[in-house]
Amino acid sequence: MHHQGISLDVLLDIYTCVLRIRRFEEEVSRLFRQGQLPGFVHLYIGEEAVAAGVCATLTDEDTIISTHRGHGHVIAKGGDIKRMMAELFGKASGYNKGKGGSMHIADFDIGMLGAIGIVGGGIPIAVGAGLSAWYQDSERVSVCFFGDGAANEGSFHESLNLASALNLPVVFVCENNQYGEFTPAARAMNICDIADRAAGYGIPGLVADGADALEMYRVARTAAQRARDGDGPTLIEAKTHRRGSHAEGEEAFLAGQTYRSEEELAAAWAKDPLLLLHTYIGEQNLLPAEQLETLDADITQSVREAVDAARNSPDPKVESVFEDLWV
Amino acid sequence: MPRKTYVAAIQEALSEEMRRDPRVFLIGEDVRIGVFPSTRGLHAEFGDKRVIDTPISELAVAGAGIGAAVTGLRPVVDLMFGTFLYLAFDQIANQAGAMRYMYGGQTKVPLVFMAQNGAGSSAGHHHSQAVHQFFMNMPQIKVILPSTPGDGKGLLKSAIRDDNPVLFLHSLSLGGKRGDVPAEEYLIPIGLADVKRAGGDVTICAAGPTVYTALDAADALAAEGIEAEVIDLRSLSPWDKQAVLDSVAKTGRFVAVDESFPTCSAASEWAATVAAEAFHHLRAPVQRVTNKDVPMPFSPTLEKAVLPSAEDVIAAVRRTLA
Ligand SMILES: Cc1ncc(C[n+]2csc(CCOP(=O)(O)OP(=O)(O)O)c2C)c(N)n1
Ligand SMILES: [Mg+2]
Repeated sequence: MHHQGISLDVLLDIYTCVLRIRRFEEEVSRLFRQGQLPGFVHLYIGEEAVAAGVCATLTDEDTIISTHRGHGHVIAKGGDIKRMMAELFGKASGYNKGKGGSMHIADFDIGMLGAIGIVGGGIPIAVGAGLSAWYQDSERVSVCFFGDGAANEGSFHESLNLASALNLPVVFVCENNQYGEFTPAARAMNICDIADRAAGYGIPGLVADGADALEMYRVARTAAQRARDGDGPTLIEAKTHRRGSHAEGEEAFLAGQTYRSEEELAAAWAKDPLLLLHTYIGEQNLLPAEQLETLDADITQSVREAVDAARNSPDPKVESVFEDLWV
Repeated sequence: MPRKTYVAAIQEALSEEMRRDPRVFLIGEDVRIGVFPSTRGLHAEFGDKRVIDTPISELAVAGAGIGAAVTGLRPVVDLMFGTFLYLAFDQIANQAGAMRYMYGGQTKVPLVFMAQNGAGSSAGHHHSQAVHQFFMNMPQIKVILPSTPGDGKGLLKSAIRDDNPVLFLHSLSLGGKRGDVPAEEYLIPIGLADVKRAGGDVTICAAGPTVYTALDAADALAAEGIEAEVIDLRSLSPWDKQAVLDSVAKTGRFVAVDESFPTCSAASEWAATVAAEAFHHLRAPVQRVTNKDVPMPFSPTLEKAVLPSAEDVIAAVRRTLA
């Protein structure tokens, strides 16, 4: 890990983002286990550095598209954890007024064009956001997050080719956490690096260490600049690992079966993105330890407030079923 | 009679048919571990060759099922959630259903697509839609939506033995429901309805989870002396028109209950058929009870408000009695 070419301000932003995602997700995990959240919940713990590094290179005008594992992307793009938490509870004060839930959070005001529960469903839409940036002569970049599993959907292949053929400002970020649900990527494809697929579409394919937020930042900055310069799309593959369940409560699906070894999980924990960054900052004496502690306390407090606010906010009114229909 | 859960009955149908016929195999995402318990344990018995985990590639997997079916196998293709069938739409609509006809009868497509249908677990729009009505609209695709463990098992076994493409839809919300499942081998023919409750005042037609909505409504109405007949269609294409028409001939009133978007829903088809073919028996206009005409919201409160409820059914029955 190194921070060459990264200002202290940016470094602090990235660290704050990784930490905020972690604390938010830890709380969501607790809430789910206590039976307080309806529906399915997929957590981003272990993958925080990807969203944090990538989104730190983006402006408010730039757009992102997310997946079923989307809370981290919302936070990294500058989303409001209060509104997100309320949405997870299905409350009227949530981002989507209770109509979306964990897998569908969006904040169009900050260029977060939505999380999508259909694997690979967001990739073509990101191409469209890139198309409009080109059409409008904007410097805007369209970023698309998706998993290793999604890279086996037709939508991935069609979208990369379309973006390449039209030379659009799109950055495809594949979060290769090595599993699609319970199936290892190694059984779902016969290549080691998904980034290799970029060559088939005539665009650059870069592999990055998804546990290293600073590396993610540098790689994403290169890809975003290329897009802004009118040089077309890039595929970034972030090697990462999810720490927890595919979906919270996966024990119920597994019914005693296992799909990851203890050693594998331990190795993943050893490359914890939050710990790596925290250790690096300490070793390099970049920021005072007290500042990091205060930051953690503040974030933890804000997550707690988000939970309280969500709990105390009303259920959506039944009549709202018929709101937000045809304009 | 042994009592089993809905998912256990489906699992039993799969394992019995795989034991009986070596051409039958299961293919889909995470069918080994079993995202739905209905495929759990099959890999242990049948191994890699007959329980095949795939990449997340619905279009290719559905199409591969068709290719295998026309070359001598009898695939069961598990597409997990009904909404994921949308990704495989081309292979199902353009190919599977039309192939035999389009090629002048040269081939047959003995294939089962399996998926979970409908809402009820607050999973949001992408994981909570009933899709049966789209496939009812397609010629030459059989569609099954059972409500009980016994029906699920008997119908899935028939589907696997059928020489045509069959869409077998099961229901997450019914997964843990228990019911009688005969110990001995049995089949339930596709296209045969089952009267789940007899009554002479009004015919209520339903399938899948809405059968229970209809039965709840019927119980409440019985307290007021109104006896509803609840017909569980079980198969949606082909469907047991005669059973419905016979019942309406007796009751003169018809309420269709269906978990789909209202326009071109299954209920639309049933109601139109009754209106056209039992017109002279009808004593009141036919009624449809469906989802509200909106995408499926996430919040449990809103989801409940969008789905057909027993109160909706009772209100519809009252309209036929007014
Ligand atoms: C089209 C589609 N197929 C299947 C699913 C079920 N599903 C939800 S998440 C998931 C795994 C996705 O794997 P990946 O893209 O690697 O993302 P990860 O969960 O690892 O972040 C699957 C198969 C889905 N939601 N959409
Ligand atoms: Mg993955």
